[in-house]
Amino acid sequence: MIDWKIAILVPILPALGFFIMLFFGGRMPRKGDWFATGIMGATLALSLSIFVHLFKQNSAYATILESTPWFNAAPGRPFLAGILVDNLSALMIVMISTISFLVHLFSIGYMHGDVRYHRFFTVLQLFTAAMLALVLADNFLTLYVAWEIMGLCSYLLIGHYFDKQSAANASLKAFMTTRIGDVLMFVGILIIFTQTGSFRFENVFSAVAAGTFTGNWQMWAGLLLFGGAMGKSAQFPLHIWLPDAMEGPTPVSALIHAATMVAAGVFLMARSYPMLTPEVFLVMAYVGGFTAIFAATIGIVMDDIKKVLAYSTISQLGYMMLGLGVGGFIFSGYTSGVYHLITHAFFKACLFLGSGSVIHAVHSQSMSQMGGLRRKLPITFATFIIATLALTGLPPFSGFFTKDSIIAGSIQLSGQNSAHILLPIFSVAAAALTSFYMFRLIILTFFGTPRDEAKYAHAHESPWTMALPLMILTALSIWPMGGHHDWFWFRNPVPLRSEVVSRYTPEGSILAVAHDKEQKAVFVETPQESHEHPEAASPRGLITAMKVVPIHEPEEEHAHHLAVIFSLCAFFLGLGGAYLTYSARKISAEAMARRFRPVYVLLLNKYYVDEFFQIAVIRPLMRLCGLAAWLDRWVVDGAVNATGRVTKVLSYIAGQFDRIIVDGAVNGVANSVAGVGRNLSRLQTGRVGNYLVFILAGVVFLGGFMFWMAVK
Amino acid sequence: MGPIGLQHYLVLGAILFVLGVIGIVSRKNAVGILISIELMLNAANINLIAFSRYSNKPIFPTTMPEAAYMDGQVFAIFVIILAACEAAVALAIILNLFNMFGTIEVDDADTMRG
Amino acid sequence: MNIPCILTWIVFAPIIGMVAMALVPGERGNRWARWISLITAFVVFVLSTILLVNYYALAPELRGGFIGIKGVAFPDGAQSLYEQRVAWIGEYNIWYHVGVDGLGVLMLFLTGLLSLLAVFPAWNIAKAPRGYHMMYMLLITGMMGVFVALDLFLFYVFWEVMLLPMYFLIGIWGGPRKEYAAIKFFLYTFAGSVLMLLAIIVLYMKYHTFSIPELIAIAPFSDSLLTAHLLFWGFFIAFAIKVPMFPFHTWLPDAHVEAPTAISVILAGVLLKLGAYGILRVNFPMFPISTQTFIGIIALLGVISAIYGAMVAMAQTDFKKLVAYSSVSHMGLVMLGMAALNAEGLNGAVFQMFNHGISASMMFMIVGVVYERAHHREIARFGGIGLQMPRYLTLAIVAFFASLGLPGLCSFISEVMVFLGAFKSQSTAAVPQAFGWTFNMSYLTMAAAFALILGAAYLLYTMQRVYLGKLKPEYADFKDLNRLEYLQLVPLAVLALVLGIFPNLALNVFNGAMGSLLTLFPATGAATTANGVAAALAASAPAMGM
Repeated sequence: MIDWKIAILVPILPALGFFIMLFFGGRMPRKGDWFATGIMGATLALSLSIFVHLFKQNSAYATILESTPWFNAAPGRPFLAGILVDNLSALMIVMISTISFLVHLFSIGYMHGDVRYHRFFTVLQLFTAAMLALVLADNFLTLYVAWEIMGLCSYLLIGHYFDKQSAANASLKAFMTTRIGDVLMFVGILIIFTQTGSFRFENVFSAVAAGTFTGNWQMWAGLLLFGGAMGKSAQFPLHIWLPDAMEGPTPVSALIHAATMVAAGVFLMARSYPMLTPEVFLVMAYVGGFTAIFAATIGIVMDDIKKVLAYSTISQLGYMMLGLGVGGFIFSGYTSGVYHLITHAFFKACLFLGSGSVIHAVHSQSMSQMGGLRRKLPITFATFIIATLALTGLPPFSGFFTKDSIIAGSIQLSGQNSAHILLPIFSVAAAALTSFYMFRLIILTFFGTPRDEAKYAHAHESPWTMALPLMILTALSIWPMGGHHDWFWFRNPVPLRSEVVSRYTPEGSILAVAHDKEQKAVFVETPQESHEHPEAASPRGLITAMKVVPIHEPEEEHAHHLAVIFSLCAFFLGLGGAYLTYSARKISAEAMARRFRPVYVLLLNKYYVDEFFQIAVIRPLMRLCGLAAWLDRWVVDGAVNATGRVTKVLSYIAGQFDRIIVDGAVNGVANSVAGVGRNLSRLQTGRVGNYLVFILAGVVFLGGFMFWMAVK
Repeated sequence: MGPIGLQHYLVLGAILFVLGVIGIVSRKNAVGILISIELMLNAANINLIAFSRYSNKPIFPTTMPEAAYMDGQVFAIFVIILAACEAAVALAIILNLFNMFGTIEVDDADTMRG
Repeated sequence: MNIPCILTWIVFAPIIGMVAMALVPGERGNRWARWISLITAFVVFVLSTILLVNYYALAPELRGGFIGIKGVAFPDGAQSLYEQRVAWIGEYNIWYHVGVDGLGVLMLFLTGLLSLLAVFPAWNIAKAPRGYHMMYMLLITGMMGVFVALDLFLFYVFWEVMLLPMYFLIGIWGGPRKEYAAIKFFLYTFAGSVLMLLAIIVLYMKYHTFSIPELIAIAPFSDSLLTAHLLFWGFFIAFAIKVPMFPFHTWLPDAHVEAPTAISVILAGVLLKLGAYGILRVNFPMFPISTQTFIGIIALLGVISAIYGAMVAMAQTDFKKLVAYSSVSHMGLVMLGMAALNAEGLNGAVFQMFNHGISASMMFMIVGVVYERAHHREIARFGGIGLQMPRYLTLAIVAFFASLGLPGLCSFISEVMVFLGAFKSQSTAAVPQAFGWTFNMSYLTMAAAFALILGAAYLLYTMQRVYLGKLKPEYADFKDLNRLEYLQLVPLAVLALVLGIFPNLALNVFNGAMGSLLTLFPATGAATTANGVAAALAASAPAMGM
């Protein structure tokens, strides 16, 4: 019997791989690329076996929970670190190690001959270790540790070509933007620890269930965690780093900036689901929904193939957040959000690697230099098409199920409360836009005539190390893993928020959830202000106006039917639009751009969000820092120097006083005596005659005086 | 004009003394000054003797009254002896003066000037 | 291995080295000085390591004592560990009294380590090497002495002994404005130590003793709080200048910029710690009531230092000045952690002291490496050096990220603990009754989190401008690290990594002692949150851990 605590090896294997690569990788054959790939293969095997182990149990209670003291806050009061494998993380580790393995394999071909080949694989190992540790973390602290290390890896990999100024800038921007979110999240974790006395999910969630962690603190903790997720998962307005992150090598974009790291924010929200409050869910839903459509609109005007995919990623991450946010009110939302994460990871990684293959072939990222490549790159073309169909949501490809589920959730929510009508509009419109820009990309890249003959002539299909990952990922995109297996539903933690939680026992799993439909009416609370202001537009008012219905009710069936209709309409609308514009040329893109010039310019400049940050945040901050430095130089240090100078002046005055008055008195006496003497010495002529005259005068004077006295 | 009395002697002494003073002040020659000093000393001697002759009161009790009138003369003799000594010393100084300055003009020897 | 009088050996071994240097005649003295210096520093390092290992070998309950605080006894009824007590000036009750507890052991180890590593940056100084190394030896003696002195008179003497060589080391071997910097450093610190001297004398006048443990046991002037408050501030300002805490920090950038690399390392790595150490050794245990009264001000100043230091660092154009201001920022966090007055905060603060010793030293060495080659430190004039020196870039990344508190490197743990402690202490501390202020420590801590963003910003912005981007042609002939530079940087990098992964190696050294210190602050020692969840959870499930 295998001790399933070996799950701890899942992050440790690549971590060891990292250290070995760091110190000895340079001396290995081929700089250790196959070694790193082998490590990832082993990790993948281990992850799969753990997944199968949990899956076979077919039970909501199947978890592997193991922790060990990490460091002591005080003697005997250790912080624990450990692993938690449940359905969610089991699925995540499989996804991560699969994609990481394939990306390693792909990179062997793609990065061939790179100057920092060894460094690339080393950091990739560290990244994978961190991502695996993140999803396996059993507490917020180790999750945060992994979260930040991923940030470092992202920084290093975006800056892989750091001799390019744009890459150096992009890496800085990525780290700083996510760092803002990270610090928000850090404060959220501080609140959680202060309020519950623990970092561990089970303690935190049981405190929520026990009602000891409630109120504003709970809400703010949730919002701040979402702040972290916004940074990492590139939600508006912290999305600005992700398009720039495309400066990194394409395999990195596939692994980090499409499939795994950017999904960590979504994962974080899914993980902390039981402690989120309705306000947080609403914020998530709206931020997610807005991000989905916002990024999609930018995607339609981008020329850089990777930028299009980057905005697509942002848009899809918005979908996930929308799903999770809706999940606070609609039972299916959680599952659809999480499963969109998984399916998206596979087909988006496929798309990125496919674009990598294209870039590898034509040595350009600009779509205006491509065209007609389907004949030269047949494998890439086929896989790319299928992944695109998955992304745009055509059945039976994986994206259809998950995206449709999210749209259905939003429709259902708006059906309950028409105030939320924007959410389905966002999601359906974003679906149409997704379809449009993706087919635009395909048409411009693979169809038509080559726009750059030289590049076209040079293009060739990639080696097997690059083609094989594409095919595997394509296969995974076909598999309709819409999350309809019961196993995937068991872990939905939504009901955890009500009575089920109060039945929590320390022996059981924290995420243990009974399949109890009646107990899901969680958020039907009726605080008094909502009675006073029934149409109050405050979030609180919106929430109270809702009711939560059990799954598989007619209402949900209806929503799903609507969603299928809408998303298929959206798909064909986008496809048709792209075909008419870029292939059949019935609509001139240039004419459209001219007619809607302000909109076009706005989109081309990505809504000026970067400029906004530059003007509203960075420049004032820099100015403030400059002011602080000025203050320090002239006021604080000035005060010190002024003290010094005043002291100098005072001591000068004191010195003068001493010299002139005190010493002056002493010297003055001596000087006057000397002066008198000097004057008197003039009498001393040295001539005897003079002396005699004086004697005489003296005698006469004395005589006269005595005479005068005598007379008197 | 009455008989010669004390005041005549005194006037003579005063004239002599004033002449000596004038000599001291005005003479530049060291020897001249010496002579003038002698003049003054002798003026004093005249006074001493005159007072001795005209004072009728012994200045100390004695069995020899005539001797008691002699003390003025005794002083005068002392003065003469002193004058001789003084002249000897003064002449020695003048000699040295001459050796050092090549002159006996006292105004030229002003190294003591302050 | 038990060495008798080990503390005395640690303190005075450098004096032996100094005398040895003085005895080697003529030009040979100059040539041998660095070797003697290296050997002596190595001996001191080995001794301090032996001390640490010995200390680890003690039973945990024997490690929990804090000097002067009743409760946890030291072995053999002594007042401290490895104690030595000899009458010095008997008629005034002045003793040569040295000893350590967990806090001191860690600080001695840090000093020993950095003293050894800081020999290397000065290996090739051209100007009067013998004089330099003699001063350096004296400096080590002074620093070690402060960490072990248990008699206020002795403490003061070592405090001043440390000052003097520093003055000469900056003033003679410094940069272009060395005289200004040296005098500023000296006068500023000296102004502080005068206040300390006054306080010491007042204490002596009343209690006729200089002994720190005895004075702590007496709890001086607990009947006359105003006097206690004044003495508290006398000591505190002296130490705060050394820390340095806003607004007493301006000597630091000048001193750092002008000092040679090795001295910057010592300055940032050890001297700043002396201030914080003094507050923990003297202020907190001796004046617990004043501490609780003014803890809010300390926290506020700490937060201001943290944010302000980071902001000023952001605007610097001189690489070394930037690092100097980052020290101000990090030491602000130390003060914030102390002001939390709970286990997480205090342990975090001490650990942060140690980690800052590692990361700031590394940063200064990193600056030194590039200064050695480029002969200037203008950030704007650099560019793309990482391309030319990949190994240097790797170590620089470790240093930068250790400094900004990346998880996996040591500073992260201490920052987390500091923030946790400060955030937790919301309901109890941070109410300076003397002024009637009430501000919530949680909000203060949230504000301090801003420093984390700024910290990342200025460090990475610097990294980008210095190391990344196109290689400027004038730096194209730079050689990668030489063996000497490896010797300085690699041990620190390894230590940063090891402590980041196994922080207990350091935390277990002092957390017992800090726990004993906390017994003086019962109101905050058992800090509970507003709704008492922590206490409830801790009571119900102690085995669940945190």
